Amino acid sequence: MLQEFIIRFLVGGAIVSLFAVLGDLFRPKSFAGLFGAAPSVALASLGLTIAKYGSGLAATEGRSMMVGALALCVYSQAVRWLMMRYKLHALVVTLLSIFLWLGISFGLWFILLR
Amino acid sequence: MSVDIKLAALRETKWYEFAVRFVFGGLVTVLAGVITEQFGPVVGGLFLAFPAIFPASATLVEKHERQKQEKQGLPTKGERRGREAASADAAGAALGSLGLLAFGGMVWWLVPRFPAWVVLVGATLAWCGVSLLAWNIRKKL
Repeated sequence: MLQEFIIRFLVGGAIVSLFAVLGDLFRPKSFAGLFGAAPSVALASLGLTIAKYGSGLAATEGRSMMVGALALCVYSQAVRWLMMRYKLHALVVTLLSIFLWLGISFGLWFILLR
Repeated sequence: MSVDIKLAALRETKWYEFAVRFVFGGLVTVLAGVITEQFGPVVGGLFLAFPAIFPASATLVEKHERQKQEKQGLPTKGERRGREAASADAAGAALGSLGLLAFGGMVWWLVPRFPAWVVLVGATLAWCGVSLLAWNIRKKL
């Protein structure tokens, strides 16, 4: 179990870092921002899930991920709006808005997937 | 507005800023795995689109832009420019999340039919294609 956590941590950290570096390289910022929604955690997790449990579980995760992606779209737009409207710092807005992501994700899960 | 690659931007990022994103990414990947184990793939799958790295990235974007303006002796302007840069980053992430929707759809539809590595490569290309398309459409509006 511990070994699996370590592998997940290292693979996830490496893939997320790779996409983050790509995001650092590009200009304008709106283009670089695309990498903020890169499938980095998904690539790491799905690869390991398929290796351990097979493709059935991964397909179910992919379907749920679509719901999470919709929540991410709303989250990002909300962050953008809150920062400009209330002149708040990025760290405060992005962290507090995670509750919005959780609310939308689990709300849609309850309506569509439960 | 054309897309440029600025290699010098990597020098603006400190080693600990790379480390923070590595640790965040690793922790969220572990968290997604734990949630799948505990609550099943339906709930666990939601966290594959968790804004894992976005808070750290947006904060860095804001900080770097503010420091750039402060170096030029414009601290007040730096605050605003930092916020605008992070806001543009968030707008990009919103478009990228449409690509992520396509990624999830491809995995859901194709993973039972084709080899896993083919599906993951195809889904990543779909993320790329849909994100670029959305960004181009947004740019033209």
